[in-house]
Amino acid sequence: MGIIKAKQLVHEYIRRDEEGNVESIQTALDHVDLDVQQGDFIAILGHNGSGKSTLAKHINALLMPTEGSLWVDGMDVSKEENILPVRQTAGMVFQNPDNQIIASVVEEDVGFGPENIGVPTDEIWQRVEESLKAVGMLKYRHHSPNKLSGGQKQRVAIAGVVAMQPKCIVLDEPTAMLDPNGRKEVIRTAHELNKKKGVTIILITHYMEEVVDADKVIVMDEGKVVMQGSPREIFSQVGTLKEYRLDVPQVTILADLLRQSGLDIPLGVLTREELTGHILRIAQIGA
Amino acid sequence: MLRDITLGQYYPANSVIHKLDPRVKLFSTMIYIISLFCFKGIAALLTATVFLIAVIRTSKVPFRFMVKGLKAIVILMIITAAFNLFLTPGEPLVSFWIFTITAEGLKNAILMAIRLTYLILGTSIMTLTTTPNQLTDGLEKSLMPLSKIGVPVHAIAMMMSIALRFIPILIEETDKIMKAQMARGADFVSGNLLQRVKNMIPLLVPLFVSAFRRADDLAMAMEARCYNGGEGRTKMKPLHYERRDRLAYLIVLGYFAIVLVCRTFLPFPM
Repeated sequence: MGIIKAKQLVHEYIRRDEEGNVESIQTALDHVDLDVQQGDFIAILGHNGSGKSTLAKHINALLMPTEGSLWVDGMDVSKEENILPVRQTAGMVFQNPDNQIIASVVEEDVGFGPENIGVPTDEIWQRVEESLKAVGMLKYRHHSPNKLSGGQKQRVAIAGVVAMQPKCIVLDEPTAMLDPNGRKEVIRTAHELNKKKGVTIILITHYMEEVVDADKVIVMDEGKVVMQGSPREIFSQVGTLKEYRLDVPQVTILADLLRQSGLDIPLGVLTREELTGHILRIAQIGA
Repeated sequence: MLRDITLGQYYPANSVIHKLDPRVKLFSTMIYIISLFCFKGIAALLTATVFLIAVIRTSKVPFRFMVKGLKAIVILMIITAAFNLFLTPGEPLVSFWIFTITAEGLKNAILMAIRLTYLILGTSIMTLTTTPNQLTDGLEKSLMPLSKIGVPVHAIAMMMSIALRFIPILIEETDKIMKAQMARGADFVSGNLLQRVKNMIPLLVPLFVSAFRRADDLAMAMEARCYNGGEGRTKMKPLHYERRDRLAYLIVLGYFAIVLVCRTFLPFPM
């Protein structure tokens, strides 16, 4: 069994009026099946309201399934006694960096998670130092979070999760409020954690550029998993992606258009370098 | 700019007073305040003066930072001095029109002014040498016994430290909303008091909505990091008494004893 396994997971947001009668039911997750292996880097794509954040909150036991089940590292999230161990196994980083930093000093914030799970003082210091080093923020340890840039704050938030030594980290649109530089910093940090520490990463995003290096991409639409596969497999279906209102990277669109007009370019080109390589090859044959 | 404001008035320096446990400083300030209001006689006043000067010197905080605190209470001091001066019954010293200044009144006025000045100077040493977070920690630990009778000490301390963290963020947000509303034609500066208060509504409503949203997000982020109240929680920076803290307690108690002795045996000329 993988580290995260969902079976026919359903979640409904039920809106009630003042008397408690059901006004409307919105199905955010619709019979989702998922199996994530330890050490994978998974990207979940989807436009607003596709249910991707709802799925993320289930992995951290912040929301409970309406139907179906979800196991994190073999623990059933719907059992009350599993909530804390699940949250310790699967850490979560949220969208707004300001609203998830609790302390007024960087190192104290990183220490917040270990404090909560009762780690002895000496070990907290050790963990704080290691985690700040892992995200490259060690020299800011005595700073106030208010003076950091968005990307730096988000890295502090990641360090705060890393300090709890989770097996899996869920990043829920961590780059939505950042500038392009901050976005790169955060994605690079996530990849480093995945490679060096073997942490399973689940990256939720709607920026296509961020998912190219993932091991596996999952596309969600209206609460359902609609596509699954390697980035190359996903991006070779430009037409389908557009149907799900996702922005395909410009270079992939260009490659696709060139292919349609008769050039010998394969499906699912992901990077600029790749496309230039193909074009140079064709140019040489032509000459 | 706004994001640079520091809360309270912490003055960073490397002194023994800065390094003291916040609980020592809280306790000492309390003892000091009590001593100010129970001293009698010139000897006790001198003791308090010497003690205050010695503490100010060891704290390495420039004197002008403490005087800042005094400016805020000048009016209060003038009013109390005036009341004491004119309204104390006793032997008249000078009298003109309906006012009479008595010897006791003059004495009380001077004493009260000295007490208030010393009070402000003494307490500002505490706020200048302790960060708000240390103070919160100190309060939490000192008040811990109250949790046995059902006072949520940990929760209160947590709320205080979160409030401290969010004040600069909310100030920045206020600034942003104000500019956005001004760009839409809102007027925050003209009109009489009532109108100005009314004009604040387009500022306050979005500010509150956003504050609640932030609170919601923060609560979720705290839960996601296994926050479960104070139980079973360890501390990254636990408070430990060290040799210097014990020594400080001794010094403060010694000071208090001297003041009490002076009050009992040398209560003149007051």
